[in-house]
Amino acid sequence: MKRRRVAPNDLFGEVPAASSGADSTRAAFSVSELAGALKELAEGALGQVWVKGELTGFKAYETGHWYFTLRDEGAQLRCVMWRTYAERLRVPPPEGTEVYLLGTPTVWAPRGELRLSAVTVLPTSGVGVQQLAFERTRELLERDGLFDPARKRALPAFPRGLAVVTSSDGAVIHDIVTVARRRWPATRVVIVPARVQGGDAIETLVEALEMVDRLTDIDLCIVARGGGAKDDLLAFNAEAVCRALARVRVPTISAIGHETDVTLADLIADVRAPTPSAAAELALPDRAQVARHVASLANRLAGGLRRRIDWQTERVDRIADRARHAMTGRLQRQSHRFERLATALDALNPLAVLARGYSVAQTDEGKVVTRRSQLPPGTPFTLRVADGAIQARSE
Amino acid sequence: MTDPLSADLDRLEQIVHALERDDLDLDGALALFEEGIGRLRAAKERLAEAEAKVERVLTDAAGVLKLTRFDA
Repeated sequence: MKRRRVAPNDLFGEVPAASSGADSTRAAFSVSELAGALKELAEGALGQVWVKGELTGFKAYETGHWYFTLRDEGAQLRCVMWRTYAERLRVPPPEGTEVYLLGTPTVWAPRGELRLSAVTVLPTSGVGVQQLAFERTRELLERDGLFDPARKRALPAFPRGLAVVTSSDGAVIHDIVTVARRRWPATRVVIVPARVQGGDAIETLVEALEMVDRLTDIDLCIVARGGGAKDDLLAFNAEAVCRALARVRVPTISAIGHETDVTLADLIADVRAPTPSAAAELALPDRAQVARHVASLANRLAGGLRRRIDWQTERVDRIADRARHAMTGRLQRQSHRFERLATALDALNPLAVLARGYSVAQTDEGKVVTRRSQLPPGTPFTLRVADGAIQARSE
Repeated sequence: MTDPLSADLDRLEQIVHALERDDLDLDGALALFEEGIGRLRAAKERLAEAEAKVERVLTDAAGVLKLTRFDA
């Protein structure tokens, strides 16, 4: 850190007595410099620590940050909990509660105050050493983003190889294999044995999880442990196990302990299942359901083609109809015209006049008699009347 | 690792959708239908696979992985 020195000569014309510290060449700090240096010291000296004390003077600001004091008989410390952490707790412990606080000492330079920057607060009643360790591990994993929802991977729809990390004796394997046989026998199940409780549980679990990535044709991993006392699940809260689980290259499902127990490994896994059987059900598709889906696709496939053919047939029918209609129309129009002409023709038919009593005289040559000179006396002619002809002779 | 069954089912969905739309000529529809039948057969065969294979991993002294049949 480069420090700007205040040249003492500018003030009094003489150098003030050198401090008794090791760095005798140092001139005076500025206030900000000293506060900054103290802040660094405070944060670096102890790092993150657990502190036990009574919580008082709690105040939640609109910004979401919490301010309060932690005290015991001999001392008190101002504390701040930034919104990101306060949000996780939602409800602050009541005033006067004795708490464990996980935080880092720091200096707030603008006020020159020593502060504890708190990450979490737990009421001491009912909190054991295990829970403190749990909280600390959770904090470490959280800081590395291992609980980030964006890390969660989707499970494969039809896994070909399923690795199961669990105890090689016990009901878990039996449950998972039973579900696998019923739902999706096409998946190969590979059991990767580990001890799930006891002294070497952490070590064997880490080894087993690392082994999963060395297996070929595995695309999903279940890590499971049957129900048990809460203390039996400790290995699944261990940082090493959580990190090993986070490193597994295929999607992971956890099923650890009873449904009500949530271990850190459960938070790391891509999916958490309440029981080992449920994990297998989440992992594998149901053969009967897939068969129904396939059957419905088969129906729709046939139906799709059927409809396609029906449309074509209908289209041909429609065209034929239109053609027939067009032809009929045309014929009708022609027949109307014919009738009209026939009527007109009929009106002009000279024979119609005969019906009214007129007659027409024709010479033997068939010429109509219109003049007297055509029929000198004694000339034969034909008189045409309505119902025939009469042979006659002029006089 | 793409699963062949999922590929078959995805393609079948596509084919069915195409057949259910109106903008295909009959030849195209028939070709799709034939492909669909093939995919259906493949899917059904995979569904019929019977026995689940269960194995157990062991490591030998040299740390080499070995798989053995496991009867649960």
